[in-house]
Amino acid sequence: MAAQAPVKKKRKGILGTLALVAILIGLYWSLIAAPPDAYQGEVQRIMYLHLPSILTAYLSYFLVFIGSGMYLWKREKRDDILAHSAAEIGVLFTALTIIEGSIWGRTTWGVWWTWDARLTLTAILLLIYVGYLMLRSLIEDEDRAAVAGAVLGIIGFLDIPLIHMSVYWWRTLHQPPSILRPDKAPWENVHPTMLTALVISFIGFLLLYFYLLSLRYGLGETRAQIRARRLEQES
Amino acid sequence: MEILRQAGLVLRKDLLLEWRRRDSLLTMFFFGALLLFVFHFSFDIEPDRVAAMTPALLWLSFLFTGTLGLTQIFQPERENHCLDALLISPLDRGAFFLAKSGFNLLLMMVVEIVVIPLFWILFNLPSWNLLPQLFLVNLLGTMGFCVLGTIMSAITLRARARELLLPLVLFPLMIPVILATIRCMESIMRVGAIGDASPWLRLLIGFDVIFLTVGVLIFDWVIES
Repeated sequence: MAAQAPVKKKRKGILGTLALVAILIGLYWSLIAAPPDAYQGEVQRIMYLHLPSILTAYLSYFLVFIGSGMYLWKREKRDDILAHSAAEIGVLFTALTIIEGSIWGRTTWGVWWTWDARLTLTAILLLIYVGYLMLRSLIEDEDRAAVAGAVLGIIGFLDIPLIHMSVYWWRTLHQPPSILRPDKAPWENVHPTMLTALVISFIGFLLLYFYLLSLRYGLGETRAQIRARRLEQES
Repeated sequence: MEILRQAGLVLRKDLLLEWRRRDSLLTMFFFGALLLFVFHFSFDIEPDRVAAMTPALLWLSFLFTGTLGLTQIFQPERENHCLDALLISPLDRGAFFLAKSGFNLLLMMVVEIVVIPLFWILFNLPSWNLLPQLFLVNLLGTMGFCVLGTIMSAITLRARARELLLPLVLFPLMIPVILATIRCMESIMRVGAIGDASPWLRLLIGFDVIFLTVGVLIFDWVIES
């Protein structure tokens, strides 16, 4: 255990450095190299942060689902730590997405917030997973909290398509997807440098995400170890 | 079929308890009626806006009364370690889930049978002929609420401040049901039939089926002594 720790730490350090480098390159491409948008001008550059952060948040909720399912099935503590860590970082990235979107919306639509389908869906996601974190913090017994969280992690994820559908039928105003369109390949309808900037940003966000996840996961492991030691001493 | 028989037994026990004590039903009913009064003081519904307002107001009151009922749903089991006894017995956990959501559904239906006509009386609505249809749509919506509510109630059972926590985790998940039921009811109030809202009806049925299945399958892990 003790011999492994420095290796792990080193790996995390490398991951963190890679994330930093990728994000810096991404910022260069998205702020300087890519041309401004034909209609929206400079403000459209928020997209290079907006899209990667929401995609990372979705990835996070998927990991919560996987971790929760694995925990209920195998009852291994590590799956629960993974789900809990992913939920926390997912909430962070969802909140970031909403803030960035709000700034973007203010300049292009003229309002900070509007009840458009995708905005509403993102806000609901935030509420569900904030609920998840609150649920976990309000249950004293760690194992019970893990089971309760796992159930909510599974049900919340299964509910997302239904919420998505209902909110879409309810209303939609958001600009239609401009990158992932069904009728054209991505490289046909946007400037290639824009696409490159977006891809680099996304890679940067992914690296950052996994860096944060590994830190949070390590924290969860340490907490579990402390708890186990304490139980040992008491008994 | 065994699972339904077991569910029936637990349901019978809960109904008998409720019949003798009448705690939940009476509080839920009076709370529902009270909400109608509060709504009446807060809004002036003009005749041309009835179709738009009524479903939302009705559903708000059902949502609140339903949550009130859900926080109490495992109360009988909490007393005297009854839950442990139930879990030791060879009872299928899925059956336990069906019984609990069925019980809550019955309670809420009884409340709705009284509260919906009361709404029509208090707000002077003329469209009495639409009540059976509205009631059917409500049944589907309430079912979704009870199914998911029972699961959420079970996982918040041991939490601190669980009465506050339950709506917090439940309401965001309920959004498809709330939207779908209100849209279906609106359509009925406007044109007298489901009409354009039939995709919403399908969504509602889909939600009920999905989470009823998930509940039966997952309840094994949800409820632990």
